[in-house]
This record gives sequence, structure tokens and C-alpha cells, in this order.
Amino acid sequence: MRSETVAVMDENLENLVDMNNKKRANPMVTVHPIEKGEINKANSIKIRTQDLSVFYGATEALKKVSMDIQKQAVTALIGPSGCGKSTFLRCINRMNDTIPGVCVKGKVLIDDIDIYQSDINIVTLRKIVGMIFQKSNPFPKSIFDNVAYGPRLHGISDKGVLEDIVEESLKRAALWGEVKDRLSRSALELSGGQQQRVCIARALAVNPQIILMDEPASALDPISTAKVEELIHMLKQHYTIVIVTHNMQQAARVSDYTAFFLLGELIEFGKTEQIFEVPKDKRTEDYITGRFG
Amino acid sequence: MNGKSVLSCPDLKTRSFAWKEILLTGLSVFFVMIPFCAIFFILGKIVQKGIGTVTWSFLSQPPLEGMTAGGIFPCIFGTVAITLLMIAIALPLGIGAAVYLTEYAGQGLFFRITRAAVNNLAGVPSIIFGLFGVGFFILFVGRNLDHVLKTGLLFGQPCMLWAAATLAVLVLPVIIVSTEEALNAVPQSHRAASMALGATKWQTIREVVLPQARGGILTGAILAISRGAGETAPILFTGCAYFLPRLPVVKLFGAIPMINPFDQFMELSYHIFIMATQSMNAEKSLPIQYGTTLVLIALTFLLNLTAIIFRIHFRKKLGQVSLQ
Repeated sequence: MRSETVAVMDENLENLVDMNNKKRANPMVTVHPIEKGEINKANSIKIRTQDLSVFYGATEALKKVSMDIQKQAVTALIGPSGCGKSTFLRCINRMNDTIPGVCVKGKVLIDDIDIYQSDINIVTLRKIVGMIFQKSNPFPKSIFDNVAYGPRLHGISDKGVLEDIVEESLKRAALWGEVKDRLSRSALELSGGQQQRVCIARALAVNPQIILMDEPASALDPISTAKVEELIHMLKQHYTIVIVTHNMQQAARVSDYTAFFLLGELIEFGKTEQIFEVPKDKRTEDYITGRFG
Repeated sequence: MNGKSVLSCPDLKTRSFAWKEILLTGLSVFFVMIPFCAIFFILGKIVQKGIGTVTWSFLSQPPLEGMTAGGIFPCIFGTVAITLLMIAIALPLGIGAAVYLTEYAGQGLFFRITRAAVNNLAGVPSIIFGLFGVGFFILFVGRNLDHVLKTGLLFGQPCMLWAAATLAVLVLPVIIVSTEEALNAVPQSHRAASMALGATKWQTIREVVLPQARGGILTGAILAISRGAGETAPILFTGCAYFLPRLPVVKLFGAIPMINPFDQFMELSYHIFIMATQSMNAEKSLPIQYGTTLVLIALTFLLNLTAIIFRIHFRKKLGQVSLQ
């Protein structure tokens, strides 16, 4: 059951480019371009940005950032407030598009496909690139309906299939055991940490390949934070994770790679141990040792 | 210990400002009593003089003997019918406009002009709406429809549809403003979450925003009913009749009775108006006027109550959601 579902949900990146003209005889069968998969295996870079700049009106919030984000690893973006790290994150699923007056220049490539091409299907893009927000934002619906929201949007209405997806997603979000007996209760009755994990399950339910996290634990207590961090550690086996965090200890704990942003510029990017132990740039060192920010 | 206690400070014992307090409190009580008394005397008098008239036969019979006897059933029917029709027209239009203004319009010049227009619409006297209804709905829309559809004189005359449409324009600002408030109260983060899951803007509005705004939208509907149900001026020229020997009902497929929106109708507030101004026998019609007024007030209250119950029901549903 689940595998069939996955086949539907797992819209390969080939489908990212809108192909309305291509007829799909059976929606349950998705053709996997094998050669594409081989390229992916050989190439461990999932997201690549080239000279990515973002303007809010006349202000340049992000200045020519070029970065290669590794597949199935956690990449942390750190830096003081207003340094452009969230802006960078929101470029990857084109959430900046929803803000009026934003202009994006440069390229963002996911598996070598430029997601700012004119014929990109944003719906498919956002299915592939899930997002977790700073403040947990479950809908005022039941836990089940929250997690099933995405799959339903994308046309799955079979109850059995939805139940499988919800169970699988909640298990992956390490929440199944805590909520399996009360799926029909409102998600708002849960604790803050549980709500955030419902949001993670909700994002996982559309079977993304990349998960963007915008300070996912900043509003949580230490125990809930630890749980979310543990979860991130588990999730990276399957997903490429990009996380924005204010908390440098957190970045050091959860990430494999760290990027340091300052005033819209990417100052330094490398393996987390290297950034934290032997930073090459003076400004990175200053920030990490708490001299400013 | 210090001999001088703080409490011995003389200022604490003076009551020199107390009279001001008392005066202002008294004044504010007096001001609040004015509307209270007004509503008490108005309602009291109507209930006192009208309650004797309101019997089952009064509620179920048509007016008899030149409105000096009989009941007011056609008027009750007409009032309920036109209020329902009004809401049926105004609610989708109002919600649509509010959704556009909050979700799509942005903050540009067009948005500000539209907002100003909506607010000004709320301040237009109701008789102007009546005249607008005749000019726009009956003479322009109706006559042209007749002309295009070659239906003779079906749309181009006063009828319930145009009266309801006129009332709908009257209550539109109320619905738009309260729906806008309800939509703005939905957290932006819920919209972002939905969009990030690949929902389109419309899917987000339909699945996330509107369900959360139901309570506020129904509040708008309640206010609209309160505003529209008792109005006389907008329907004066657009469809209500002095006296009709039949109900505005048509048999759908020859069997199912249904409100006929192309017929004229009798209405409670207009009925009171004509009895008060054009009655042949004022003495005999006076108790009927009181009775009719009481029924109108009760009916408006009942329509409101229904909407309030709906709202409570939706709020509960939102609070304790279930699987189904």
C-alpha cells in the first residue's frame, strides 16, 4: 500500500518542470528516469546556488551567494539577525515569491535543475522542498487532518492510503507513540514541542527530498529542543536538511556543514568541525566566540 | 520606631475630591439610563399593546376587510423570504469581495479606493438605495434582460428578486468589513505553512483561511440581517406591495412549492408604514399595527438568534475537531 503511495507522492524532479502537455495514462505509475537517479548517486550535491542575490525593493538582503549543499546531510546557516540566512532559506522553496517587492537574481539548482526557470511548477517544487517554521503553526484541525493536509491537496482521498501516510509520517517525526490514540483530537491541544513535530510530520507527509528549517527549536523548551534535534539527526538519513539557527551550540550539535552569513554575504562555508574549531575568516571566529552578533 | 506614622499624613483623610467622583459617576449612570429607558419604553409599549393582538389566527391569516381585521401571514412570509434571499445574494458577494481585498489586492491605490468606496456605501441613506434599485436593477438590468431574452415584461418590473438585490447592496459593506476582519485574524503563519506544502493560493484560502474565518463571517451575516430585515425604504419601490391576495409562491415542476422571486410580496415594515399612513380606519388598525410591530421585532430577533446559534456551532466545531 505504502509503496504505491510513495510512487504517487514521489514526483521525481523530472516532473518539476511543468509537463501538462505530457499525458499521464495512469497516475499511480510514475516513470523514474533511471539515468537521472545514477547521476544523483554519483553527484552528492543536492542544492547548488550560483551568485544568488535577493533584493527587497532597493535593499540587497543577499549578495551573490554561491554554495553547494550536500545530499542527505544537515547544513546549518548561522549568523546575526538580518544577515540573510532566512532569506537564503526561503529562496530554496521560492517562498520569497509570496512577499511583494522581492527580486531574486542568480540561480538555485536542485539536482541541476534551475528552480527559477519560468516553466517550473511551484507546487511540485514545494512538495519536494518541505519547510518547518520558527513558530509551530499547526492548523486548528485534528492531528490526522494536519498531517493529511498535504497529501489531500495533491489529490489523495482514499482513507486507507491517507491513514498509512499519516502513520508513516508521524513515525518518522517520532510522534506516533505519543499521539496514535488521539489522532482525531485537535493538534492545538498538544504541547509546543509536539506541535512542532506535528508540523514536521505534516511536511514529511508529502514525501519531500529537502527539508528547510527556519529556527525550528527557538520557541521550544530544552527537552523539546533535544527531541527535535534528535529527530533532525534521524531525518538526515533520508532527507537533505538545511537549518537556520541562532543557537551556535545547536548548529555544532546537529549539522555536518555550517555556513556563516554576515550582512547578506556568505563569509565562510565548510564542515561544521572546521568552522567551529579552525575558522578561516576572522569574522567567523569573532561571531563564534561571541564577540558580536 | 518612628513616631510619625505614614498614616497620620493629613492628605489621606481628606475627602475634598469625593464630590467630583460622585457627580461624574452619577452623570455616567444617567447617560446610560437614557438608552435603557428608551428601549424599555419602546419595547414595553409595543409588547403591552401588541401582545393581545398576536394570536395564532393573527399570525396565520391574511389581512381582511381593508386591513382592519385578519392577520399578517403574507407579510411574515414576505419578510422571511426576502431576508433569506438578501443573505443568499449578499453573502457570496461580500465574502468574495473581502477575500479579494485581504488576500489578493495588496495595499495599492486600487485597494484604498475600494476600501473607501465600501466604507462610503455604509453611510448612504437607505432611500437612496431604494431609488438606485429602481434605476439600476429594474429599469437597467431588468428591462435589458427582457429585451435580450425576449421575455416580455418579466424582469423589468418590481419583484422580490430586485428588492432582495437592493437590500443586498445595502448590507454588503457590513459583510465585507466583518469578513475582512475575520480573514485578517487568521495567522499569516498558517498561510505560509499551507503554501510551503505546495498549496496554491486558492487552496490555501479554501482549506485554511475560510474555515477559520467562519465565525467572523457569520457575525457579518448576523449584522447584515439586523440591518436589512426591517428596512422599508429600499424595498418601497423595488417589489413590495400594498396588498396581495396570494403568496409569492410558485410550484416548481408543478409540485414543489417554492418562493417565487419574480412575484411581488408583502412585508412587515411596509405593512406598518401603510397602516400608519393610509389606513381607512385608524382606530381598528391601531392594535394590528402594534401586533405587526411586535412580530417584526420578534422575527428579526429570531433570525439573529438562528445565525448566532450557527456561529456557536461553528466555533465549537473549530475548537474540538473530529475525524469526520
